[in-house]
Formats: sequence, structure tokens, C-alpha cells
Amino acid sequence: MTAARRRPVVPIVVGLLAAALVGLLVYGVVHGGQDTTLDDAVKAGQRPDAPGQDIKRPLLGDDGRRRSLADYRGQVVVLNFWASWCEPCRAEAPILQKTQAKLTAAHAGTVLGATYNDAADDSTAFEREFKVSYPSLRDVGTDLADEYGTRALPETFVLDRDGKVVAISRGQVTQRFLDNAIAQARAKAAPAS
Amino acid sequence: MTRLRSLLLLIAVLAVALPATAHAATPQTSLHDVEAEVMCVSCGVPLAIADSPQADAERREIRRLIAQGKTKGQIKDALVAQYGDRVLASPKDDGFGLAAYLVPIVLVLLALVAGAVVLPKWRAKNRDDRAIPAADGPRLTDADARRLDEDLARYDV
Repeated sequence: MTAARRRPVVPIVVGLLAAALVGLLVYGVVHGGQDTTLDDAVKAGQRPDAPGQDIKRPLLGDDGRRRSLADYRGQVVVLNFWASWCEPCRAEAPILQKTQAKLTAAHAGTVLGATYNDAADDSTAFEREFKVSYPSLRDVGTDLADEYGTRALPETFVLDRDGKVVAISRGQVTQRFLDNAIAQARAKAAPAS
Repeated sequence: MTRLRSLLLLIAVLAVALPATAHAATPQTSLHDVEAEVMCVSCGVPLAIADSPQADAERREIRRLIAQGKTKGQIKDALVAQYGDRVLASPKDDGFGLAAYLVPIVLVLLALVAGAVVLPKWRAKNRDDRAIPAADGPRLTDADARRLDEDLARYDV
């Protein structure tokens, strides 16, 4: 009589390894996917807390001073992610500058830029070219942008005085979008002093 | 006086020659060198194969740094200061990036273990196969073997 056949070890090990690699791939894809929680909440008419409010970043043109969104609490904030190499950012810069002038005149808030994967010299040249007067944070490493799920430029988030997100524009903003969003953000009662 | 003049001439020659030698010893970094080790941060692919406005801006920044006479290491440090750690082609050694370092190590270890288990068995099996002569029929009985010996003996010269 022949001895009982032994199970082949190598195919089992290879199979397990292949399964582990596929599992790793699936994990990478799932965790690298776009998080739409913020967009869904805003679309549903909610005002979710603006993420990353405590992340401090150096101010463009003054690396010694660091600011976070929390520093602008009590003001309407138009948070705009931009870069000098982004063509739509160039197109919307005059609109944002006009909005900054309106917000400043009304003492209502500010546009706050956040540079995205942009060399500081290029960002500064962009500001000079478009006569940008609003402040910008240098989001080196894109930690702040990651909090907002920013993958493509430009993207704009309008925050009310309580640091809640009122409107999102993933793409080039229009004056109409900004006017409506800011009106919505200002409609919220000011925080008690 | 002539000796002093010769000495001054020698110093002048050395003053000109030494920086040139030092320059030759540290060749200028090329865009190609740096591109191979950094990423296009917005596209998530190596800069060497990236084609996007951000990649072009990054190349401009590298050229600017090369023009300033910076070494590859200094340029990479400057790029990290501008774009963060993600600009480096080597993955981070934490979170999911850690898998890039661990998976090859685990695979090599598994290959070694598999080799240590399978190879001795395979070699032993080969040895056994060589030890067993090819048998076309049943083994000879003692009587047949005796008869074969007697037959062969008759052919002895």
C-alpha cells in the first residue's frame, strides 16, 4: 500500500502570501480613497466643524509668524487652497482679492489662503502679480489640505464665525458662489462676548 | 629677491589652481540626479516621469537651487522645507509606508524558511532516487542468482 499523500507546503505558503499582498493592496486603496464626509454634511444643510482648526502654519512672507484657523475665530473665513502653478487659481485670484476688500470694509472677516505644494518664492511672486492683500499660510506637507480632502486645486471653504463650514467649492470659485456663501456665513449670530 | 618673486608666483598659481581642483572634486548636481530621488508631490509619482504644472514648478525650483551651487543633499533638504517629507521618493517609515520596508523583509525571511524546510527534503529525495537502481522486473530469487552466477562463470576466459 502507498503512504497517505502529504499536503504540498509550497503552494499553501505562496497562496497565503498572495492573499496577504492582495489584502495589503485593498487596505491601501480603501484608506487612500476620498473622504466625502465634510461635503456630504454641507450638502445636507449641516454646518460641520471646520477640520484642522488648531494646525499652525507659517505665514507666507513671514515664516516666523505662525497662524491657525482658530486664530480667526469670530470672523467669517474664506479658506482658499492655491498654488502659483495652478491656472484656475490665477483666474480666481482677482475675485478673491475683491472679496477680501469687501470683507475688510465690512469688518466681517477675511480671505485666508493656504499654499499647496508650492515653493515660497513662486507663491510670493504670485501674490505680487495679483496684488493679493489677504494672508496666506504655507501648508508645507499639506497637513491642513489633507484635513479638507483637498486633492486638486483650487478649493475654497467658507467658514462662519463659529468655525463651522458653510459652503464648499471644489474648483474655481465664482463671485456669485462667494457672495451667497458669505451672506450665509454672516447670517449666523455672532458669538456671545 | 628672485626667490621671493618665485614664492609669490607659486602662491598665485596655487590660489588659482586649488579652487579649480576643489570644484572638479565636487561636480555640479544635475536635474536628472535629483529628479530620480524626489517625487512630484501633487501627482504622487517620481518627478522623473511626472508631467504636470506642479512637476514643472518643482523642476524650476530644483534648477534654481542647482544654479545656487547646492549639492544634491542640500537641494533635497530645501525641497523638504518647501514641500514636506512627501517630496522624498523613499516612503515614510511609519503608517502604511512602513509596509514598503517590512514586506520585502518578510518575503525574504519566508523564502529563507521555505528554503530551509524544502531544500533538505528535496536533496534527500534526490539522493534516494539515485540510490535505487532502475528495476525493470522483480528482484532475483536466491536460486536464480546462483544460476546466473554459474552461467556467467561459464563465460570466464
